[in-house]
Amino acid sequence: MTSIETDVRQYVLDKLLFGRTEVEIAGDTSFLESGIIDSTGVLELVAFLEEKFQVKVEDEDLIPANLDSVNAVTRFVERKSAMSGNSRR
Amino acid sequence: MKNEQSEFSANQLKIDLAKEAERIGGFLREGVFKQLRRKGIVVGLSGGIDSSCVAALAVHALGPERVIGIFMPESDSSDDSLRLGQLLAKKLGIRTFKEDISGILKGADCYRRRDEAIKAVVPEYHAGYKSKLGLSSLDSSEFRISYVVVEDPAGKQAKVRLTADAFLALVAATNFKQRTRKMMEYYYADRFLYAVAGTPNRLEYDQGFFVKNGDGSADIKPIAHLYKSQVYAMAGFLGVPDEILKRPPTTDTYSLAQSQEEFYFSLPYDKMDLCLYGKDHQLPAATVAVAMGLTEAQVERVYRDIDAKRAVARYLHMEPLLVEAIGEGRPRS
Repeated sequence: MTSIETDVRQYVLDKLLFGRTEVEIAGDTSFLESGIIDSTGVLELVAFLEEKFQVKVEDEDLIPANLDSVNAVTRFVERKSAMSGNSRR
Repeated sequence: MKNEQSEFSANQLKIDLAKEAERIGGFLREGVFKQLRRKGIVVGLSGGIDSSCVAALAVHALGPERVIGIFMPESDSSDDSLRLGQLLAKKLGIRTFKEDISGILKGADCYRRRDEAIKAVVPEYHAGYKSKLGLSSLDSSEFRISYVVVEDPAGKQAKVRLTADAFLALVAATNFKQRTRKMMEYYYADRFLYAVAGTPNRLEYDQGFFVKNGDGSADIKPIAHLYKSQVYAMAGFLGVPDEILKRPPTTDTYSLAQSQEEFYFSLPYDKMDLCLYGKDHQLPAATVAVAMGLTEAQVERVYRDIDAKRAVARYLHMEPLLVEAIGEGRPRS
């Protein structure tokens, strides 16, 4: 597991699931379909990514392909970091 | 047996208006006089279709002498709201009171808190600007994203995505408006020993389009079971003036004109009605899509959105949680 993935997973656990451990979130579990994210939740996730990983999330980035699962978010952050030369070691 | 799927259309929502008005009338008399033990009904009049319909139903049920209408404009209200409210009250022949709530809102720092929330994402924003809140539409990304539209004094508009923090701050500030209005309605209810009528229609009630302890609060809700198109039909049946029937639904909460669909529903009300009806009657998205001229994928998205909003609405409908039952209060299952 990369450190980005660990951080994202921790965020989902703390902020989207409020620490509920009975909900199983696999890497490709859809946040939308499992009902754990709403429109405010998306904005909170974006704020977290921008602050934690120093990436800029544009309006056109706000699509499920980028933000709807732990795997998608991890890939998205990796791609964004590489583009801005901010890649985390 | 009727084939619901092949016959699905807006006709599904047609009701016998005279019969329904009588049914609601009986419910209002029984509810207000016997259960609530109050002498009449207070209703806040916004000049919109829902409050107009509720006032007309209250007059139909109890007579004009037992209905009080309250106008509660504030700095951001459209002038039409007061004018149309007065037009209705005159037609119904009810007693009215006008309370400009701008002073209370200023005292609570509603406008300053709102402006600060907007400034967090639009630094150049100041008091000379107008603004409104919006939600990305059905045709854009799958996520519903909240944004603020600002208009500078020269009339130039910009649409800016909100941060989660700014969104919450903006909504928390503007919710003062609905809560202040409800406080005023209860003032008059206490003053005259009347009951407060709530004005949510079925779409609003089901989908949580109200402020908890604001417009969501009331003693009796006579149109919460009616789809919005049924509310229009009922209002027309009871003689609500044409100008009110033709006015597009607005939230009347922001200084820029804001329709309900751009804020909350993402579809015009008549289509939202059909989607909600279709979903509650387990109709396949394809069937509903044909009747409405939408694609199956769009209806599927609306179905998902209905579920998502119901999940959020659960909190809004919940009464305070109790450790155990006390007197008549039962813990919720």
